[in-house]
Amino acid sequence: METTTKTPGVPTLSIQNLTVSYQAKRGAVQAVRNITLDIQRGEALALIGESGSGKTTMGLSLVRLLPSNASISQGRLIYRRVDAGKPVREIDVLALKTDELRQYRWKECAMVFQAALNAFNPVLKISEQFADTSKAHGYIQGKALEERAFHLLKLVRLEPSRVWNGYAHELSGGMRQRVLIALSLLLEPQLIILDEPTTALDILTQRNIMNVLKDLRTQLDFSLIFISHDLSLAAELADRVATMYAGEIVELSDVYTTFKNPLHPYTIGLIHAVPTLAAHRDNVTSIPGSPPDLINMPTGCKFHPRCPLADERCKRDDPTLETVETVNGAEHKVACWHWKSARAKLTSER
Amino acid sequence: MKTPIIELQHVTRTFQLKRNQVITAVNDVSLSVAEGEIVCLVGESGCGKTTTGKMIVDLLKPSQGHIFYKGQDIATLKGEARKQYRLGVQLVHQDPYASLNPMRTIYQTLAAPLQHHGLTQGEAATKNRVKELLEMVDLTPVNDFLDKFPHQLSGGQRQRVSIARSLTVNPSFIVADEAVSMVDVSIRISLLNTLLKLKEKMGLAVLFITHDLALAKYFAWEGRIGVMYLGRLIELSPARQLVEKPQHPYTRVLLSSIPEADPDVTRQKKQIELRSMDVPSLLHLPTGCSFHPRCPFWEGEQCEKVVPEMVSFSDGTSAACHPVQRERAAEMVQA
Repeated sequence: METTTKTPGVPTLSIQNLTVSYQAKRGAVQAVRNITLDIQRGEALALIGESGSGKTTMGLSLVRLLPSNASISQGRLIYRRVDAGKPVREIDVLALKTDELRQYRWKECAMVFQAALNAFNPVLKISEQFADTSKAHGYIQGKALEERAFHLLKLVRLEPSRVWNGYAHELSGGMRQRVLIALSLLLEPQLIILDEPTTALDILTQRNIMNVLKDLRTQLDFSLIFISHDLSLAAELADRVATMYAGEIVELSDVYTTFKNPLHPYTIGLIHAVPTLAAHRDNVTSIPGSPPDLINMPTGCKFHPRCPLADERCKRDDPTLETVETVNGAEHKVACWHWKSARAKLTSER
Repeated sequence: MKTPIIELQHVTRTFQLKRNQVITAVNDVSLSVAEGEIVCLVGESGCGKTTTGKMIVDLLKPSQGHIFYKGQDIATLKGEARKQYRLGVQLVHQDPYASLNPMRTIYQTLAAPLQHHGLTQGEAATKNRVKELLEMVDLTPVNDFLDKFPHQLSGGQRQRVSIARSLTVNPSFIVADEAVSMVDVSIRISLLNTLLKLKEKMGLAVLFITHDLALAKYFAWEGRIGVMYLGRLIELSPARQLVEKPQHPYTRVLLSSIPEADPDVTRQKKQIELRSMDVPSLLHLPTGCSFHPRCPFWEGEQCEKVVPEMVSFSDGTSAACHPVQRERAAEMVQA
């Protein structure tokens, strides 16, 4: 399903009221609840939150790779492709048929998974892996493909001749991750989703991947969503940060605001819970309690059982993500009844 | 000086891969941990930190060198003395999803070692002790947990059970191998705080193995951090000093590469570039200092040919690096 519009400066992807649940024995797991979010062209958006907060489910639903027990019960996903000199092409992702979906995946929106080894076919050489992907999408072949692939492999700081004829298992974890990033760029997608791109990698390899991603962003034009529980990765790479809790976005702002002036008690708690190299030990505090049961959700604000500021209203009414006024006029959204006082109260107590 | 609780003297461990392939996972490591002390071992995967931990708890035997428990070589311990050592040194595993028996309730898991070693007499006493242990690891109200199975608990709660289990036999030394890496960021600190509280209360010494330097600094605040690279211990210093004033070039590179949860700090951080990104294979270790092919401060022949010894300095730091030792020659102290 395609329609054409001519609006310039439109977001690459609009997520509207997205709700995803999994069917489990005990009942429905509400993994993603009513998320509305725009991914702007060329931006890097970080989705942060603890495990079970719905980050990965949300990523998977953007490429419709959810497992069979999951269902998107509500919402719309509008992807917009912009090519120079051509009208904007709008794709309603949730309405795509199987064969259209195959074209959408990787060509428009590529997702790079956490375990890079599992993403490769173990009996194919890296060269065949590229050829396979290219063929499936009717893209260039032979010499032209090799040239393009070598160019991409160089962009991710690999020696193309060294990896081209090898198998995935012959590469180190960091090299695999970089090959996969190169492969994800092959068809010039406008949106790339990275799920925990540096988890399970060593410090120096992580640094290398981060530098590669930073480089790529200056050289190529694509939007990036990365999913991570690692706050420092978000601090390093993101333009905007969306904090997720219990399947909802509870705070959304530019990266500096998220780290310097967070308003949601959960974001504040999360930032205080991560020890940094410079931090004094006494300035690190953990968030009490444990993540909510997604089948039997707490009433009202889902964070209230762990929140030091919770009152009767928090237990009763679920706050929605509201735009708040900022000093510099930058976008800042937060879902908390106490956002005005949260920061002052939570930082003075410490 | 008091006898350290655990002491490693020139410990080496090799593994035979194929007929002609031998890798040295741990290479000439000497380290001692005092009673009630916290030491963190930090390094990248394959640096030998886990192998070191396993040798301390006697899951692996050193190929060369000796490990002493309260002054006695663990390889020579027999009978009662060996039992005392096995009880005195306990291991907390990384993965709480794999390390607990799924068929046993929490009570059964914690009661088994108590009964086996005759540490409690009778059902009532065992139950009381189990409750006490659960309280120590902050799993309260305890009655909610006794009859639960591991699958009914969250990762953080399971890891607390795992810690409680290691405490059943009243150890004096705990090896915690990446004990919090599988639990969520938001609860890591509370788990570490529980360990710290227990350390204070029971006078436990802890060897904490991690790849996260910021976490190591938090946990070993009053203790020490050791950095390993390709099987060798290359720096061992008081925790805060190691992070604030790293000595060894590898430690400096590591610290300069770690992203920080502060966009201003992390984006302005000056990174030290390595000479090579390739990690040498353990099968073909470089001669001399094994870091020299990547070291940004490499100084030629000496680094390439002579393996640097670990040397201590007057401020309590120690490092195995030729250029550092030359620069700080005046501060060197005799071991």
